[in-house]
Amino acid sequence: MEKVLEVKELRTNFYTDEGIVKAVNGLSYHINKGECVGLVGESGCGKSVSAMSVLRLIPYPPGVIEGGEINFKGRNILELSEEEIQEIRGNKISMIFQEPSTSLNPVLSIERQLTETLELHRGMTSKEAKTESVRLLELVGIPDAERRVKDYPHQFSGGMQQRVMIAIALSCSPDLIIADEPTTALDVTVQAQILELLADMRERLGTAVLIITHNLGVVARYVDRLHVMYAGSIVESGLTDEIYANPKHPYTIGLLKSVPRLDKPKTKDLDVIEGMPPNLARLPEGCPFSERCRFVMDQCREEKPVLEEVSEGHFRACFYDADKLN
Amino acid sequence: MAEQQEKLVEVENLVTYFPIFSGVLQKKTGEVKAVDDISFFIRKGETLGLVGESGCGKTTTGRSILKLEEPTSGSVIFDGKNLIEMEGEELRRMRSQMQLIFQDPFASLNPRMNVGDIIGEPLEVHNLAKGKELRDKVNDLLEKVGLAPEMAERYPHEFSGGQRQRIGIARALSASPSFIVCDEAVSALDVSIQGQIIKLLIKLREELNLTYLFISHDLSVVRHISDRVAVMYLGKIVEITTSDQIYSNPKHPYTISLLSAVPIPDPAVDRTRKRIMLKGDVPSPINPPSGCPFHTRCQMAVETCSSLDQKLRNMGEEHWVACDQV
Repeated sequence: MEKVLEVKELRTNFYTDEGIVKAVNGLSYHINKGECVGLVGESGCGKSVSAMSVLRLIPYPPGVIEGGEINFKGRNILELSEEEIQEIRGNKISMIFQEPSTSLNPVLSIERQLTETLELHRGMTSKEAKTESVRLLELVGIPDAERRVKDYPHQFSGGMQQRVMIAIALSCSPDLIIADEPTTALDVTVQAQILELLADMRERLGTAVLIITHNLGVVARYVDRLHVMYAGSIVESGLTDEIYANPKHPYTIGLLKSVPRLDKPKTKDLDVIEGMPPNLARLPEGCPFSERCRFVMDQCREEKPVLEEVSEGHFRACFYDADKLN
Repeated sequence: MAEQQEKLVEVENLVTYFPIFSGVLQKKTGEVKAVDDISFFIRKGETLGLVGESGCGKTTTGRSILKLEEPTSGSVIFDGKNLIEMEGEELRRMRSQMQLIFQDPFASLNPRMNVGDIIGEPLEVHNLAKGKELRDKVNDLLEKVGLAPEMAERYPHEFSGGQRQRIGIARALSASPSFIVCDEAVSALDVSIQGQIIKLLIKLREELNLTYLFISHDLSVVRHISDRVAVMYLGKIVEITTSDQIYSNPKHPYTISLLSAVPIPDPAVDRTRKRIMLKGDVPSPINPPSGCPFHTRCQMAVETCSSLDQKLRNMGEEHWVACDQV
């Protein structure tokens, strides 16, 4: 399978007054062509920073990409010149953010925001770009696109704004769309619509999608593979069905148990993970999850476990006997 | 049994409209019908969940009950007394009985006050304790919500989101209320922390015999914590039933589509569920549809739905539905 994106041993640090915050700490994953991959973790685990690193959008100072490789279609993004990376941003890799209302320019019409990208990246004439922007809005399911294209962002609801963002992201037929918490700010009914739309675009256009989220429930039925991130690195990864049915890292198991489920009988008590995620400026020696783990052993506090294959395509970073976990 | 339990809060025909002023003369040109004639009750020691999408009026309902918004009409009977008619000192004394936990733990704590002062303030305001007695009470409250008494000297910025929410809960508890409105109290928190706070709220309810109105957009969480659940749409309650019935036997078409949109964190289960995609967006509460507010998006709508007002009907076993098609 051809890989669109391969991240290897990525490290991104922020130099702050509190010390060096290791936001991304040895992160490795890949996305195949046309694949939909989920990156799941709680706030502050480095999932957004890792996405920003892919497009080299880390603010410097205080952020520095310290090492690793980000291979996009055979070239290492970290070695490209500013002009070359500009060519990739928005054109080959597009990004969709959490808050559509702050990502869209409030004083420009939707048409202007769409045609801007089309003229800049695809070299269209202004007339061609206008026709294309209506087509894109129709593609993402905005009714009455011909009229709505003249409207301004505040005239759209949150869900519709996110559709516009997706239209902009699709405008250059990118190879990869990175969606950072694309549905978090939206209502549950709209959330389902947006995820259906992303899944549909990937079916129809063959675009690979990376969905970054804190919500294990949201992505369950949409992603092919899943990466669970904790304190800057991946603790478990594998095929989605396998991870949900057979989680092998104590953190993944804890996450799945700590959310109440609608389809299960009501339980009296939730089985929650105690404690808090570690401060990324003062990571513990050894496994970053060791302080909250109920299976913790002496070894976990001394040595950081690396990803190892437990079954075909299913990786986890944990020393505890995989068969004794569930 | 619960049937005979005394009612603590009784809301009857509550209406809260917000006027819209526009033009040079700032004339009243319309109204936002945030809460539009709703009635329900909460028994002593019971938790009533209130769910709905953003803008449906659930927060305004909570605030109107506490008289933090002035209701346009209707009555709120708290412990046998009508709050709407109360004023001044009488209302102030009544307020110590009712508290509110807010959504955003970053915005709801005064950054210039230390934690001890934040938690102790309601005790001072209501003249319930001072001096050493107050300090002891604060320490006691901190322990109750799972924080160390030493933390009383620290300031909000030194705490994480989950810890701040615990401080907010301690403040709500300090005046020994009998009724607490939790307005999206766990929505801003990470999955693993959210579980901890839900557990804490349930523990406190049992220890202190509290009554909750639990407002949230998250149906899974609401069902877990509540005894009964009310579903709101465009300022009206469309269904009230027990938390067991809401998933196993939902009746109102809106409840059914809302439930179908809630993701289940298990792809094997989630893929088998049919999503009912609602057409279009929620209509504006400035000019809500006539008759049943949901008829513009309802799959079961018939001609009479647009003209007939729907009242909650008793379907037996504490199940009330505002739809004559079921």
